[in-house]
This record gives sequence, C-alpha cells and structure tokens, in this order.
Amino acid sequence: MSDAQTLSAAEDRIAVASNWTLVWWRFRKHHLAMISAVVLICLYVVVLFPDFFSTQNPEQTDARQAFIPVQTLHFFDDGGLNPWVPVIVGKRNPVTLRMEWTVDPQRKVRVSFFTHGNSYRILGLFPTNIHLLGATDPGQRIFLLGSDRLGRDQWSRIMSGTQTSMTVGLVAVTLSVILGVVLGGISGYFGGILDHVIQRLIELLQSVPTIPIWLALSAALPRDWTPIQVFFAITVILSLIGWTTLAREVRGRFLALREEDFVLAANLAGCSRMRIILRHMVPTFLSHIIATSSLAIPVMIINETSLSFLGLGIRPPAISWGVLLQEAQNIQTLALAPWLLIPGLVVIVAVLAFNLVGDGLRDASDPYSH
Amino acid sequence: MTESPLLRVRDLRVSFKLDEGLVRAVDGVSFDVFPGQVVGIVGESGCGKSVTMKAILQLIEPPGRITSGEILYRQDAAQPSVDLAKLPTRGQAMRELRGADIALIPQEPMAAFSPVHTVGDQIVEAIMLHGRQRYGRPISRSDARGITVELFRDVGISMPEQRIEAYSWQLSGGLRQRAMIAMALSCKPRLLIADEPTTAIDVTTQAQILALLRELQRKYDTAIIFITHDLGVIAQMANYVVVMYLGRVMEEGPVDDIFHAPRHPYTQALLRSIPSMHGETRTALPIIKGTLPHPFNRPSGCPFHPRCDDIMPDRCTKAVPMLHSVAQQRAVSCFLHSDQAEPA
Amino acid sequence: MTTTPLLEVRGLRKYFPIARGLLRRVVGHVRAVDDVSFTVQEGETLGLVGESGCGKTTTSRCILRAIDPTDGQVLYRTRSNEVVDLAPMSRAELAPLRRDIQMIFQDPFGSLNPRMTLFDNVGEPLLVNGMRRRKERMDRVADLLRLVGLRPEFMHRFPHAFSGGQRQRIGIARALATSPRLVVADEPVSALDVSVQAQVLNLLLELQSTLRLTFVFVAHDLSVVRHISDRVAVMYVGQLVELAPTSAIFQRPRHPYTAALMRAVPVPDPRVSGTDMILRGEVPSPAAPPSGCYFHPRCVFAEDRCRQEAPVLRELTPGHSARCHFAEQLTLGAGETVAAA
Repeated sequence: MSDAQTLSAAEDRIAVASNWTLVWWRFRKHHLAMISAVVLICLYVVVLFPDFFSTQNPEQTDARQAFIPVQTLHFFDDGGLNPWVPVIVGKRNPVTLRMEWTVDPQRKVRVSFFTHGNSYRILGLFPTNIHLLGATDPGQRIFLLGSDRLGRDQWSRIMSGTQTSMTVGLVAVTLSVILGVVLGGISGYFGGILDHVIQRLIELLQSVPTIPIWLALSAALPRDWTPIQVFFAITVILSLIGWTTLAREVRGRFLALREEDFVLAANLAGCSRMRIILRHMVPTFLSHIIATSSLAIPVMIINETSLSFLGLGIRPPAISWGVLLQEAQNIQTLALAPWLLIPGLVVIVAVLAFNLVGDGLRDASDPYSH
Repeated sequence: MTESPLLRVRDLRVSFKLDEGLVRAVDGVSFDVFPGQVVGIVGESGCGKSVTMKAILQLIEPPGRITSGEILYRQDAAQPSVDLAKLPTRGQAMRELRGADIALIPQEPMAAFSPVHTVGDQIVEAIMLHGRQRYGRPISRSDARGITVELFRDVGISMPEQRIEAYSWQLSGGLRQRAMIAMALSCKPRLLIADEPTTAIDVTTQAQILALLRELQRKYDTAIIFITHDLGVIAQMANYVVVMYLGRVMEEGPVDDIFHAPRHPYTQALLRSIPSMHGETRTALPIIKGTLPHPFNRPSGCPFHPRCDDIMPDRCTKAVPMLHSVAQQRAVSCFLHSDQAEPA
Repeated sequence: MTTTPLLEVRGLRKYFPIARGLLRRVVGHVRAVDDVSFTVQEGETLGLVGESGCGKTTTSRCILRAIDPTDGQVLYRTRSNEVVDLAPMSRAELAPLRRDIQMIFQDPFGSLNPRMTLFDNVGEPLLVNGMRRRKERMDRVADLLRLVGLRPEFMHRFPHAFSGGQRQRIGIARALATSPRLVVADEPVSALDVSVQAQVLNLLLELQSTLRLTFVFVAHDLSVVRHISDRVAVMYVGQLVELAPTSAIFQRPRHPYTAALMRAVPVPDPRVSGTDMILRGEVPSPAAPPSGCYFHPRCVFAEDRCRQEAPVLRELTPGHSARCHFAEQLTLGAGETVAAA
C-alpha cells in the first residue's frame, strides 16, 4: 500500500497544514477582506502612535485660524521629493465680517518628514517631539484636512479620535467576548439550572430597548469624571449589552460539540473535563468567535460614535470620532466648512473594513466544512 | 433486444472546476437503457454514479459542467430522440421531462419533501403540474387527490386517505420512502432514477422497498436506473449492470455475467472482497490493496492501475483503456481484454 | 467455559425520559435498553446486531459508560482478576479503568479532532494516562501507526489529509494506544467503501489475534457480523431476542426475527432469490412496545399466546438462547434457496 500513500508535494503541504494555516489560505483568496485587513492594520498603527502621525497638538486653538479649508499635500517640487502645501491667505469679508480663505498656489509652505513639533510620549512612556510630517519652519501651522471653528487642526484631531474610537470598540468587544465565552460556556457545558438562569438573563437584556438604556446609563455618569473615566464607563456599558449574542453562540457550539464523536473519544481516553474544554472544544469554535468579534467591533464603534454625537458618550475635551462629528452638527457650519464631515468618512471606512474582514474570516473559519 | 433504447448515454463527461483544480467526476461514460429494463450503476464513493444521474436530469450545478457527450432520450418511437445534454438546464423542455417523463427517487426522502406541506398536497401539486401532458386530460384537484390515494395504496401504504394528510416528518423512514416512490410514479414516468433509495433505511424495510420496486416495475414496465454501492442490492434488482470507478465505466453487462463471469480485475476483486453469508468466517478476506485516490490526484492511465493485481506496467500506467465491446451487451475497459486506448 | 468472563452485562436497562410541555413533565420513557444480559469471554468477539433503534448502540455506550445506565450491572474483570461493577462508578473511579476499555467509532471523519495532528490524536490517551515524555510518546505512536498499516512519518499530518479508510485505521490506532483489553467497535466498517471495508476487517482480525483483544462488535450488516464474530446477539426493541455461537445462529436461527433479518440481506448473487417471505410492518417504537412478545405484530407464526404473554430469553441448547415461545417447534432457515450453481 506504500505507493498509494505517497502524496504529491502539494498534497504534502496540505497534509501538515494546521487549522490556522488552512484558515489563512482561504482568507487570502478573499481579496476585499485582504485589502480591508491592511486598512485595519494601518488604523491600529495610528491607534498606537497617534501623536507621531499628527502634525501638531490637536488641542491647540487659534481663533484667527478658524475654518481653514483643506491644504492639499504635494510631494514633488523642483523635480524631486520636496513636499509642500499651498499657502492659504485669509481676507475678512467686509459685508459678512467672516474670514474668507483662498489658496495662493504661488506661495508654498515647505513640509518635511520627521520634524520636531509639540512634545508627547510614545505609548505614554518615552518623551519625544518627532512627528512624521510637519512644517519645516516650526513657527508655521499646516492644516492637511482643514481646521474647525476653534482653529484646531482636523488631521491631528482625527488621529487622536481614531485612537479613542478604535480602542473603545476593541476593549468593549474584548470584554463582551470574555463575558460571552465564560457565561455561554457555563450555560452550554454544564446545562441545568445555571443554563436556565443565564438564558433568561440574556433574554431580559436583549428585550431591553438599547438606546434609552444607554441614555439613562450615560446620563447617570457623574459630570465631574475625567475623560478617561468616562471612556471606560462607556466601554463597560457597551460591552454589558453586547455579550448576549456571543454567549448564545458559544452555548450553541458547546451543546453541539458535546455530541461530537471526538469529544466522546477524548472522554473515553480519560481526559479531564478541563482538558476537553480547552483542548478539544474551545479551539473548535475559536475561529468562529474571532469572526463574530470582528463583526461586533464596528457595531461598538458605531454605538460609541452615535452616543458621542448625541453628546452622551465621550465628551470634549476628549476626542473621538463622535466628538469630531458633533462639530458638523449644524447645517450652517456644514455649508461653510464641508471638510468637517471627513471624520464621518473615516468611520465609514473603518466600519466597512471591519465588516469585510469579519465576513472573510467567517467564510474561512471552517476549513473542514466540505 | 431489438427495440431501440429509451436512453443512450454516450461518452458523457462532467467536470467540476474548483479552486484546488479540475475534478473530472464523470470521464467518458456510455450505456443504454431499454424500455422496461433495470440498469444498475454500482460503484464506490467518488466513482461518479450520482453525478451521472444528475447529468441525466440536468441537475449539475456550477462549478460543475457537462463538458462533452450525449444523453439521447427518446420520448416515443415515432419521435426522434432529444439530446438532454444540449437542452437548457432550466428551460421549458427540460422541466417538462424532469419529474414527469423522468422521475427521481432520492436517497433521503426527508430532504425531498417539504416539511410545511402534507405529502399528499405535494403529490397532488406534481400531478396537476404535469397532469394534462401525462394523463391526456385536464386533471382537477379532486381527480389528483383520487390518483394520490390510489398511488398510496399501490405502494403499500395502509390507510391512504389518512396518510396523505400527514407531513413527511410524521412518517417513518420506510413510509416516507414509499410516499416518495408514489410521488415519483405519480406522473407515469417512462424512466425512474433511484439514487441509493434504500441506503438510509434498515434491512427489513429495505427488503420491503426493493420488493415493492420490483413489483411496480413489472406492473408499469418502467425503465429504472438503479444507483447503489451495495452489490447485494444490485444483484437482486438489476437486469443490466454498469460498474464504475473514478468516473469511468470499468465494465458493463447482464447481471448474471457481471456476478458470475466478471472480466475486469476491479469487478473481480470487489466481488471477492465482500464477506458472504456462507463462506468461511474469521479468516482474512481477499482485499483490494491501497485506497481510493483523491479526486484531485487521479492516477495516469487506467484509473484502477495502482490497485490492480494484473497491472501491465508499461501499458496501464500510460494509456487509458477504451470501453470496448467484448460480446453482445458486454463491454470492458481493460487492456487485458482489448488493446484499444482512448485517444490522448 | 469455566473462566470468569471478561465482561458480564446483567439486567442492563436504559430508559430515556420523554418530557412534554412547558414544565418538562415526564410523561413516559423510551426503553432503549430493557433488561439485557450477556457475557463476553476474554479473546472472543461478540457481535451485537439489530436494526436502528433496537438499542445496540445504547448498550455499547452503557458498557463504555459514555452514558449512565438506568439499572443493571456491567461487571468487568480487571487485570488483577477482580470483578468490578462499572455501572455505578463515578468519573473518578472509572478513570483508571478507561485505558482497559476503548472504542472504535463508526464515522471516521467525526471521531478524530480535525485540529490536532495524528500524533496528538493518537498520543492523547497516552498523555492523559501518564506518559509525559514526548519522545516516548512519539515512539509509541510510531509503533501504533505501523501496527495499523500506516507510515509513522504521517504522524505530523492532520486528519484531513487522509481518506475514510485511513482515518479508520488512525481511529483504531488511538483505541489501541493504551493497550486495552476490551474494544467496543460501533459499526466500524459501515461508513467505509466496499473495497476498503475488507482491509479494515482483516486488520481487526489480525490485531485481535496478535494483541489478544476482546471485541464487542456492534453492526447492522449481518454478513460483516457473521465474518468477524464468535458469537452473535440479536436485539429487537431494546431486548435480546437471540444469543448463540455464529455458526449455530446462521445455520439454524431459533427466533423468527433473526431468521427474517437474515433473509432480508440482499445476496450479492443474482441466481439466489431473496424475494420470498419478506417481513411485514415496521419496528415498533420503544416508547410504546406491543403487548406480549414485541415481535408478534410482524411474526407469521404468532399465536394468541404471543399477543398476551411476553416470552423470556431461555437457553435451548448449550450457549444458544432465544426469546420465543415456540423456539423448539419452529423450523427456521436463514431462508436462502440456493439455486444449482
């Protein structure tokens, strides 16, 4: 039988491929998901080093530089890499008394990489003042995505907002996953009374209308809490409501897996309960959990954005995408400064990317399905 | 048999284009079905017997495709035959044939019946759909109901008036399969395709269903293509047997010849390897060495050569033997019997 | 047979409650296994046959203690010749006996963890039974793979690389990892292709003689059971209806059901007709079995006594018992009318 057992090189590769390798092979074929994964990686790099990517201090205000439009970044000049942005000149309209900004393509503000700007701490630890981009002359400010009504640089604010919003999503989902897996696991594996109690709790939580509950919970947050405290409170609120779906899924998986032959085989081999759960059951649905979680993150991001937009979530001076969009709440500002909607675009891109990656993972997560 | 066949399958090829490569599920299959004949197609998993059946019914779903070959079906003696392989899959002509002229008894009747309608309603529906064409007169709902009750009685379902009101999940496996047979017969098919109809049921029920099929076949003189992996069932049911392996016909012939004078080494080995009801017990059975190759990894030359005891190393590994007629109604694809190879 | 049997099942019962309504009130019981008794001698193969729902699988799961029996004893003679009852044991008490009693599964695809390599799958019973050193386990797994006819190099592959027959060999290797004495095989060849089935049957026979294994072989295919078993037990609606040495039961079945079951097997020979005397009706539900003899509604020999009085399983000749009032009077053949060859 030896000749029938010799396999081709390609089959050999498949033969020793672990589950995760197979998942990766299938995920790789999903082009949109791959592109989205790259987008997400970029976003999370921003989450780690928002100050490095910002061009100036996102809090810095200057009433004289309010509502500056987008200054397009140009990379090439004089036949070489020599980045610059056009100078924008303001003239007060004598009738409306508003500042009106016009681009002067003749004059250029020189921009360079790795400039020294405002100081910050990398990951909150190492003090530095190096930024990826900045005006060569430290005295000048550049507004890559324009400025808001207080003259703050929107580009830098989006960098900070990305950090907050993406972290809220991730932390809230992580908390949900922990709650969901533990409670769902208990419910599914042990069954009985515990299962009953947990299932009824889930039904109760799912039947509660979410928006009023958020409103109530957020309104209950003390006004004098620091932005960090508010941030954590919001995250916890989001995850307390988000775990139920996941718990249901985990419970279902446990119930189905209890009947699997290989679980019975492990039982008969004399494996302990803990080993059966950790070695046989959890790895089997882990990929599903990851796929489900990556679909839950965008929901959390949207929730946070909506709450903050309504002024009930993260409050200024903290910056999140929702807080940024609050600036775009009134129609007059929108007509005057449409670039204030750019944070909305970022939200859309992030949410789409998460959804596409989640779909890709879900399709790839069960390589044994056929 | 002097009359012309009801169905002629000629060099049928079906392949599935998957990410991992091209799977040639059916790779040059030819056989005839004469009116009133039971043709058994027997083979192990991956031999292409079910795909052949789907190709005849035009039920191949993408990524599968009939790549070549003919499936000539003769509706009646006066008319020229139509090539089913060329008919549009979802076209009017095919839909009129499927379920009426050519009916299917599937392996799992649970999946074939809708759980939200009674089995009676589903059969009545089928009769009304094809009724005018099959019964030569318009069929009213109450007529169709009467026919259904009659059919239920025919297939041995007791209390047919009550049973047509049942849902498929209320019936036992055996009754469900009987109801399925009633459904298949409802439009007086000329050709019945039975796809492993007894694999999901127990032996004593299987014996009942097989007896029923034999009896109905004699009564209505329907031609049957009987697909199974069970050599015992084939021996008891078929007049003519087609033995398949990895998408190719190994040999075909009258049932007695196949079981008592098999010519192909695969058929010979297969028959030796099944434990019998009166042979010696607790001794080593003669085996077929090796395992079924993976569909992506088809052997070159004769598909059976890696497992064959009579292999001729230079010939069998390099060329594919052609299915060649060795006697009346008898064809074998093996270089031991004919040196003709498939054109490369 | 004077030696103590390796396994003795006494009055085994397993009832599953039928719960209805919102409060899950128990309204009845499915008597999946209803008073089953038999013995298995060391080194022999007992074939357990019957149609689906007859309780053969439930019986085997009770022996393995994969489920808890409702009543009865499962007496097992340990390596130190001490007879213990597995039925009431707790998980902890069973743990040291697990390595002695192993199982071969029907489905070669579901019984191996697809996320673990062959080494981890086959080596797991070794690890949890105290073989901590990886090198030692590797050697043992290599030996086991060789034993079942697979190449030891395959050990780092995952189950998805193997065909059904090869996976069944892997499953057998895992069952043998702890050098068990009793192996319960639950339909081990019914999911396999015909050409592979014979290979696995030969392997099981060979392993039995080299390793002195004892098999409880659960199957529905009578020709397979006949080929591999020393003795055969036939079950119907949760009860044993006949128990006898293989040659005796196939030559002269004493229970009408056994005879009918044998006749129902389609013979792979077109010259042998199996059409005569087909069993009518269907297997009754174990939740509501008929009165008297459970087989009477389908039995051609049934008389009034059969409808009223439930027969007991009684020994007719040494080693041959049947549950029929008229076992002595009836002349039953396996039903084959062999034509002149």
